[in-house]
Amino acid sequence: MQLDAKIPGGPLAGKWDRYRFELKLVSPANKRKFKIIVVGTGLAGGSASASLAELGYNVKTFCIQDSPRRAHSIAAQGGINAAKNYTNEGDSIWRLFYDTVKGGDFRAREANVYRLAQVSNNIIDQCVAQGIPFARDYGGLLANRSFGGSQVQRTFYARGQTGQQLLLGAYSALMRQVGAGKVEMFPRREMLDIVVINGQARGIVVRNLITGKIETHASDAVVLCTGGYGNVFFLSTNAMSSNVTAAFRAYKKGACFANPCFTQIHPTCIPVHGSYQSKLTLMSESLRNDGRVWVPKNPGDKRFPRQIPESERDYYLENKYPSFGNLVPRDVASRNSKEQCDMGKGVGETGLAVYLDFEDAIKRHGRDVIEKKYGNLFQMYEKITAQNPYETPMMIYPAVHYAMGGLWVDYNLMSSIDGLFVLGEANFSDHGANRLGASALMQGLADGYFVLPYTIGGYLAGTSLEKITAGHPAFRESVEIVNNSIEKLLSINGKRTVDDFHRQLGHIMWDYCGMSRNDEGLKKGRKLIQQLGEEFWENVLVPGSDKDFNQSLERAGRVADFLEFAELLIIDALARKESCGAHFNEAYQTKENEAMRDDKNFCHVSAWEFAGKNKEPVFHKEELKFENVELSQRSYK
Amino acid sequence: MTKTINLTLKIWRQKGPEAKGKLETYKANDIPTDMSFLEMIDVVNEKLTLEGKEPVAFDHDCREGICGMCGTVVNGRPHGSEKGTTLCQLHMRHFSDNDTIVIEPWRSRAFPIIKDLVVDRSALDKIIQAGGFISVNTGNAQDANAIPIPQETAELAMDAAACIGCGACVAACPNASAMLFLSAKVSQLALLPQGKPEAARRAVSMVREMDRLGFGNCSNETECEAECPKEISITNIARLNREFYKAGFFSSEK
Repeated sequence: MQLDAKIPGGPLAGKWDRYRFELKLVSPANKRKFKIIVVGTGLAGGSASASLAELGYNVKTFCIQDSPRRAHSIAAQGGINAAKNYTNEGDSIWRLFYDTVKGGDFRAREANVYRLAQVSNNIIDQCVAQGIPFARDYGGLLANRSFGGSQVQRTFYARGQTGQQLLLGAYSALMRQVGAGKVEMFPRREMLDIVVINGQARGIVVRNLITGKIETHASDAVVLCTGGYGNVFFLSTNAMSSNVTAAFRAYKKGACFANPCFTQIHPTCIPVHGSYQSKLTLMSESLRNDGRVWVPKNPGDKRFPRQIPESERDYYLENKYPSFGNLVPRDVASRNSKEQCDMGKGVGETGLAVYLDFEDAIKRHGRDVIEKKYGNLFQMYEKITAQNPYETPMMIYPAVHYAMGGLWVDYNLMSSIDGLFVLGEANFSDHGANRLGASALMQGLADGYFVLPYTIGGYLAGTSLEKITAGHPAFRESVEIVNNSIEKLLSINGKRTVDDFHRQLGHIMWDYCGMSRNDEGLKKGRKLIQQLGEEFWENVLVPGSDKDFNQSLERAGRVADFLEFAELLIIDALARKESCGAHFNEAYQTKENEAMRDDKNFCHVSAWEFAGKNKEPVFHKEELKFENVELSQRSYK
Repeated sequence: MTKTINLTLKIWRQKGPEAKGKLETYKANDIPTDMSFLEMIDVVNEKLTLEGKEPVAFDHDCREGICGMCGTVVNGRPHGSEKGTTLCQLHMRHFSDNDTIVIEPWRSRAFPIIKDLVVDRSALDKIIQAGGFISVNTGNAQDANAIPIPQETAELAMDAAACIGCGACVAACPNASAMLFLSAKVSQLALLPQGKPEAARRAVSMVREMDRLGFGNCSNETECEAECPKEISITNIARLNREFYKAGFFSSEK
């Protein structure tokens, strides 16, 4: 397999415009002859479904929840970036592009990131037109705030519920198309296989989660918008149903998986507090606009935070990184929290937490202002911890949050299977080794509203597609594979529950492939995962039947895929013999313990091709060429 | 140290939409009070699974109070008795040792039961399909700052837009009306200048769709506002009524 990113030539700023002109078009009258399947209804899937239907395509959209409005994009809190420069601070498309490439530790594609920055402004326009109630200043114009990794205020927000508002915007556009009969909506369906015919993605196999029926759907192209794989760590900020299954089954059908080891650990989450815990809750990065991060200077200082005088506090981010202070990128902030806790300066019952303190901000701006900006986050914190963050500092600790890695895609967002497009967090393309805050919403909507609608037309217009229906033998084959695997899961009848396996997998991943990694640990982790995988298929206990609403069975299938995928993640981590962004291998660090890249040998995307069960995946390299930015040691000092 | 409590649970079990359901009794012992309500059900389900019984089916997803997927009636109150709280954010510290907790699904003709505590809320999507949007195709927008919107208006629109579509308002209403849900969307869009051109059609067709789907009427019981986990105000219903009458008198929408 030869990976071709299909990046257009010519100067960076003109690439997307020229490319759009060169793309073949499908005429309005012909669009209705094509059927497109979209899996997932988050920002990427929702916006793509609506936009494709508006253009005249026939769209079938699938989601795992009971309604497309529930996709986990809804939980994004802080905001969405755009290069509007409404604040007159000197922001520009170029600066947003540069910040994103640098924030990603120079492991993203220049051309993709530039395009993302270009369309960022259209996204804000579109969202306002849809009636999204963004925060506004007294004059009635849009307000902005700061996020990590940037020195300008370019983040648009709707209180601490920006993801919710943007998703409901995309959802309402989607509902409008469902009402108009252009999108057929299939909720409570889980995609279990991609059907590939003559090398082209031509449909999917799904399980109806209510009746258990296995259904087949044929189409001319398939668009996966199925989110990230953070739940491979069991505890993460992802929703309970977030999983890798759709992406992983596509991988097994020939789509390359790129950079799976780039998994973002978010610095500001509510710390773990018990072995029964089912998920972790994020506290938006926007809190670092006003909150100050600190730990006691003396290890083991167990006094209440308000009793620790100023002189005995270490505001380690402000001290170490004076120009960015508390707003360093996520990977840097997370590693520094871990470092402080490893030195014994962690706070709270477990010693695995640092303070995020609003005392100064409340003194400076007043409680009302802080409440207006972060009220719902403070309330959420209090509900979970029973502590009032207006009076006592929050305690936070890093947690698994976002997957920069994902299915490999070219400039058209098409994977290594023809006709299989991958959007949003499910692809790998824009964030390199570390995503900046408020960029996920931007990317999901960019892909769905402003990139795919053009590139998919180019594919459909330039490809000859054989007429097929869901009666094609390839569908029957897929159904058989899916059924066999379900039968197997139900017949093992072992002694351990699905969650029990998942939790153990999470521990292994966190211990050996978490915030800081080394070759020895990775190798050990891999072995432990293989053993756990073997035990799973002999000893898992899945109650109930397949012809029913069976949540244990749903989870069993997902955990089975996580177990295999976890190994791929570790293989990727082992192969990348450098530290960059979220991937920190202890053997490669600067004197000041910052990540040390090896641009000579690792300035590439690692894309893995499935070679068969229990075989090493095949490595493919896509060299990253930087023609417009200079590769430098990232510094936020 | 973590405190633990022992509980008796009475949980609604129902195999399917047509099956007859009943309350079953389960023990939940040594439950740490820092645990969330859903984590408590997780513990019960793990135990049931290991005993060879079927775990309780219940909807949940984000577990941080924003997706709107979770929700059951706890001791007669949707999402439990804590104000402004979804079930996933309700913590066991609000219960006492030896409490008995009754857990039932949302009850409404428009929300048929799928299994145990899981109901079908697709009727809410249908209400949105009837007009809960602004008709703007991708690419049609002008610059975002071209229409200034007074901060106060934007804030009111945001208050309404905070609805998570969980259906607690319907479950709380003696008439099983979806007026709070519907009015939140109508209000958000009617307050904003972008939503004005379609305001009349939106109000009329969304209300008509709600009636068609078998939801009841509003008789100002205000239970919906009391139970809404996002504390959506019933002034939105007043605004909806105004929009509805305005549409009847001053537009051609019927």
